[in-house]
Amino acid sequence: METQPIINIPFRQSALVQPIVERAVKLEVRNLNFYYGDFHALKNVSVRIPEKCVTAFIGPSGCGKSSLLRAFNRIYELYPHHRAAGKIFLNGHDILSSACDVNHVRSKIGMVFQKPTPFPMSIYENIAFGVRLHEKLSSSQMRERVQWALEKAALWPEVKDKLKQSGTSLSGGQQQRMCIARAIAVKPDVLLLDEPTSALDPIATAKIEELIHELKKDYTVVMVTHNMQQAARVADYTALMYMGEMVEFGPTRSLFNDPKQSLTKAYVMGDFG
Amino acid sequence: MTRQRKRALINFICLALACVAMAFGLFFLGAILWTLVKNGWPALSAQVFSQMTPPPGESGGLLNAIMGSVIITGVATVIGTPLGILAGTYLAEYGDRAHRVAGVIRLINDVLLSAPSVVIGFFAYALIVARTGHFSGWAGVVALAVILVPVVVSSTENMLKMVPNQLREAAAALGASKSRVIASITYRSAKTGILTGVLLAIARISGETAPLLFTSLNNQFWNTNLSKPMASLPIVIFQFAMSPYDDWQHLAWAGALLITLSVLVINITARGLAKYSARNI
Repeated sequence: METQPIINIPFRQSALVQPIVERAVKLEVRNLNFYYGDFHALKNVSVRIPEKCVTAFIGPSGCGKSSLLRAFNRIYELYPHHRAAGKIFLNGHDILSSACDVNHVRSKIGMVFQKPTPFPMSIYENIAFGVRLHEKLSSSQMRERVQWALEKAALWPEVKDKLKQSGTSLSGGQQQRMCIARAIAVKPDVLLLDEPTSALDPIATAKIEELIHELKKDYTVVMVTHNMQQAARVADYTALMYMGEMVEFGPTRSLFNDPKQSLTKAYVMGDFG
Repeated sequence: MTRQRKRALINFICLALACVAMAFGLFFLGAILWTLVKNGWPALSAQVFSQMTPPPGESGGLLNAIMGSVIITGVATVIGTPLGILAGTYLAEYGDRAHRVAGVIRLINDVLLSAPSVVIGFFAYALIVARTGHFSGWAGVVALAVILVPVVVSSTENMLKMVPNQLREAAAALGASKSRVIASITYRSAKTGILTGVLLAIARISGETAPLLFTSLNNQFWNTNLSKPMASLPIVIFQFAMSPYDDWQHLAWAGALLITLSVLVINITARGLAKYSARNI
């Protein structure tokens, strides 16, 4: 399996979890603890996610990788017994603090989910929905924005003649790219992808991976995947999590080829997970 | 006997019992419909839709009763539907299992759902008729609305709960507030289901007789004023069917057929909608 060439960034060997990166840090997690009721899902997790890169979280089921992702846009707040304690800085502002408006955070940090989630409306309205929440655009500006987002998500040529059709009429892979376009249309800085290809066939998966590669030119992409090969293919940085703890974080190539932790070694060799 | 034969025999017996039970139920349903059509169809004429309920021995129709039924059911639906949908929304979207208030409301709603309609009629009587001193269409409206609301509440709650949480998450993740998510996404996904529930509730109240006996009573004349007693199909059927006069009894059959047909149409529409929404989720 060929891995994407990654930019060589100095990696200090003594820092197992916190690499010193020369890229600007976009998201910084400091001592994050996460609870589902009484269950302690994330234990003192700290990580610094560099700007305009793809960072992947891998690990066995239940390791906390999705919980960590869901803390970045505070989507867990929809559920009464989900609770996070600690700090997450976006551009230096703590987004977990109560002073921070959650809907503003979500306009800066977009999210795409495991299963495609087309809204029950036309393709055009699917894209325009999020934009209308944050901006007042004239109808011509909105048309431009919708086209721009669909082009960014590499979906425009396939849907440009059927924008009025229902979003649910698209294939699974197209729906997922529509969801990516919908997130991009709001003009976020960060895109969170929660196992974005696990419900898709190999061809649609390849298209999404290609798209992720394009997107990192403009966005900081953070993704969860349970597919190690996918992390190796698309991620610049990879983090291995286990039992709610951050085991190792570093450039993808060194994490896979030269793991510092025996647990990481065992995981990438396929001994568990 | 081999094992397979034993299983086949048990299967045959169970299937036969199920078929007998089905035939038993269908037979009475068919018999009722047949009697209704046999007696009601000849009595249906243009007169039924153009003249008022007659005194015994004279010719007439059911126009005032049809109009009264349409008005009382319609106004009860207009009042009860928003209440029911809003309460159902509260239960589905804000009142999770742990919520005490929601639990109490859910319990009361279930009790109301199975409350005998005559009791609800009596409640409307005490609330309105006894205070104003006369029977009125409004009292009937209140009674029917009280029957309709719990049906709409529980169907709305169930339909909203069928909307996958991922859809709510996806909308919230774009920065939509909770109320926005409900109004633009959840309702839109559940709209045919909610509409189906409302239609079934209308079908349920359009045949109610007991609550109207105490409330809107009856009126021999054309009346569209809800502050006065008002005729309605179920009450006219009740009155005319119990009478010794032949022409009154004919009109009662015609009215019974009318109600049954309209309830049938509403139910078929609701089923069609439910099928449609199941295909489009």
